[in-house]
Amino acid sequence: MSTMTTPDPMTTRLEGEAPEISVSLDILKRGAYAAPVIVAVCAVFAGLDGVFSSLYGMALVLVNFLLAAGLVAFTARISLGLMMGAVLFGYLARLGLIFLAVILVRDAPWISLTALGLTIIVTHLGLLVWEMRYVAASLAFPGLKPRRPAN
Amino acid sequence: MEALAALAALTGDEAKAASAAGSAGFAYGLAAIGPGIGIGYLVGKSVEAMARQPEAAGMVRTTMFLGIAFTEALALIGFVVFILIGL
Repeated sequence: MSTMTTPDPMTTRLEGEAPEISVSLDILKRGAYAAPVIVAVCAVFAGLDGVFSSLYGMALVLVNFLLAAGLVAFTARISLGLMMGAVLFGYLARLGLIFLAVILVRDAPWISLTALGLTIIVTHLGLLVWEMRYVAASLAFPGLKPRRPAN
Repeated sequence: MEALAALAALTGDEAKAASAAGSAGFAYGLAAIGPGIGIGYLVGKSVEAMARQPEAAGMVRTTMFLGIAFTEALALIGFVVFILIGL
């Protein structure tokens, strides 16, 4: 009777391309497509303050995605255990950074907190759902996304 | 004691603003706990899956990343409530 052993996550590391980076770059691209719509909606109900606040909120969300992806991609090359620690502490660190970024501009004359808050939620969720549709389709039907042969 | 005395000395509007700020901070803290537990569970299971089946790591990492981002949205909603009520 053979026994199956699970590799140690502390020493296992993942080589090769990082799918998080391509997912977050894809989200960045979709964010650029969605930006004019979000900015226009915020401009309608909050004027020029809404424009600046929505741009700031979108930048926060997109930088947050890129930071999260970079952290996972960098630490996964070292060890899975380190990746887990980095994701957990990275979550706290990124929340802290967003908090700091909003606290720094809360009294600025161009800020509309309502537009900023709504932009953060709508952009984050909207871009994720948009990206998830694409990811779900390519995972379910990999044949629809042909890859170039190696040679 | 000094903090309690300072709170007691607040007028109506100041007391209202102070309690709103305190409640918003409390709500933000509570809203960050759930996603923290969720992300820990999600990443733990993903690491287990990747260690068992490294050939499926790409698929697991993609879904893990999206799962982290969706879970984090809950904390962001708590944060937005905080900035709308407390700031």
